[in-house]
Amino acid sequence: MIPAEPFGEGEGRWRELARQALARLLRSYGTAQFDLCEDAVQEALLQAYQQWPARFPDDPLGWLIATARRRYVDRARSDARRRDRETRATLLAPPVAPETAQRDDSLLVLQLCCHPDLPRSGQVALTLRAVAGLTTAQIANVYQIPERTIAQRITRAKRRLGELGRLLPPPEQADESVTAVLDVLYVMFAEAHHTTAGAPPRDADLAAEAIHLARLLRRSVPEATEATGLLALMLLTEARHPARVGPDGRLTSLDEQDRALWDKELIGEGIRLVEQATPGADPGPYLLQACIAALHAEAPDIATTDWVEILALYRLLEIVTGHRNPTITLNRIVAQAMVDGIDVALAGIDALEADHPGLPRLGAVRAHLLEQAGRPDDAATAYRRAIAATVNLAEQRHLRHRLRRLSDAHT
Amino acid sequence: MKYLIIMQIDPAVLEQLTADQQRQIQEGHGAFIAATKERGEFIAAQALADPSQSKVVRSSGDRPEVTDGPFVESKEFMGGFYLLDVEDEARAVELAQQIPDANIPGLALELRPVMFSDLGEG
Repeated sequence: MIPAEPFGEGEGRWRELARQALARLLRSYGTAQFDLCEDAVQEALLQAYQQWPARFPDDPLGWLIATARRRYVDRARSDARRRDRETRATLLAPPVAPETAQRDDSLLVLQLCCHPDLPRSGQVALTLRAVAGLTTAQIANVYQIPERTIAQRITRAKRRLGELGRLLPPPEQADESVTAVLDVLYVMFAEAHHTTAGAPPRDADLAAEAIHLARLLRRSVPEATEATGLLALMLLTEARHPARVGPDGRLTSLDEQDRALWDKELIGEGIRLVEQATPGADPGPYLLQACIAALHAEAPDIATTDWVEILALYRLLEIVTGHRNPTITLNRIVAQAMVDGIDVALAGIDALEADHPGLPRLGAVRAHLLEQAGRPDDAATAYRRAIAATVNLAEQRHLRHRLRRLSDAHT
Repeated sequence: MKYLIIMQIDPAVLEQLTADQQRQIQEGHGAFIAATKERGEFIAAQALADPSQSKVVRSSGDRPEVTDGPFVESKEFMGGFYLLDVEDEARAVELAQQIPDANIPGLALELRPVMFSDLGEG
């Protein structure tokens, strides 16, 4: 529960209250009224900021929901003045779902924000705003995109949800499928590591937000092994982050990383989640990737890593994803180099490039393999091509470093 | 993913345009800006002054030297740019094709992915 001085506790509890109040209003008035519901919650929050320091309510969430409801009705009425009677009737219709006892409606809002009919950038922006509770300015700062642009994406996404509103099943029959949510959260997390690697720190930590949202999702669907798998994958990946970027802002590859810098607490939690989800599960892509990450996390170094098991998991992952994701194949080839030798891996790289020219990281993997194979001239050429092909500054620094090291060793 | 769409212009080609063509180009850019803003893909656009206004600063060996005129002898120059944030390269190409310059022989658009941005906010 919030202490009498809620402002001392940071933003976390506020954000959670706001999210739950929004979910409750959406459940009541229908997802077509996303915009109106969100405005009503914002106004109720403002009122809470002003009034709670003087008199803190016994039931903060109940207070916030009741206040937001009043705001919603006020707004719907004044809006309705300019509309016909039918619209007014829709807006002020009795709740579409009966009120159930205190339930966490976060999943409903997550599913809405990640609706498959929204463009990816709209899903991400709306989720960060309506579920994670970031301000438009914070989202703009993370992506280095003007605030207006982010605001426009959110507006468009909400408008699209409004259009979809009539087609969506009523909230009480909402689909429990979380596939779209998993994918949006994963993209958010991957972007966090891609966009912030080597860049100056920003005020909102996108990776932390993605993990927070994955925790929220897992709480909502504890039986879904993919939600557990995604959270575990994020924790195990995040655990390696301190060792992933060197002091010079350059990425370090797995074999160069100082494993003492890996976050043992995150690894412990990630492994526990994997162990909890795996027995009897029909593993999906996120749980499989978490299993792979767990094997890396448990190994003291590259040489003692269980590459045979990792290779088997990657093969399974390729099957589960229908061989449609070339990045998974690329990672399988990296594992294969450790098990079947470099020549087999290099042949695999050539075949993969024929099917997917310009696949990110493919050139870098080839350069590393050629270097290990003792072919410095070919490796140097491959490094130069990989440097030109990457659009990630930190990765470019890493590749230049490897190229310099290679030419120093052979002159 | 951010893309810089560089408008390659040829002053000689621009000179030959009819008043009607010039109006169409102007309106086309206006419509393009409005549409990309509405979709949340627009970041910035700049049009540059004539290349004859250029100064070049470059090292002569021990210190920077300033000269008049564009950097290279060429018929085509960077006339301006759009900075957009789009889902992928295919979308960037699709948008570039909607820029009026794409339909005028002698002008061209060049697309390059952006590696680092700081828009000076926050």
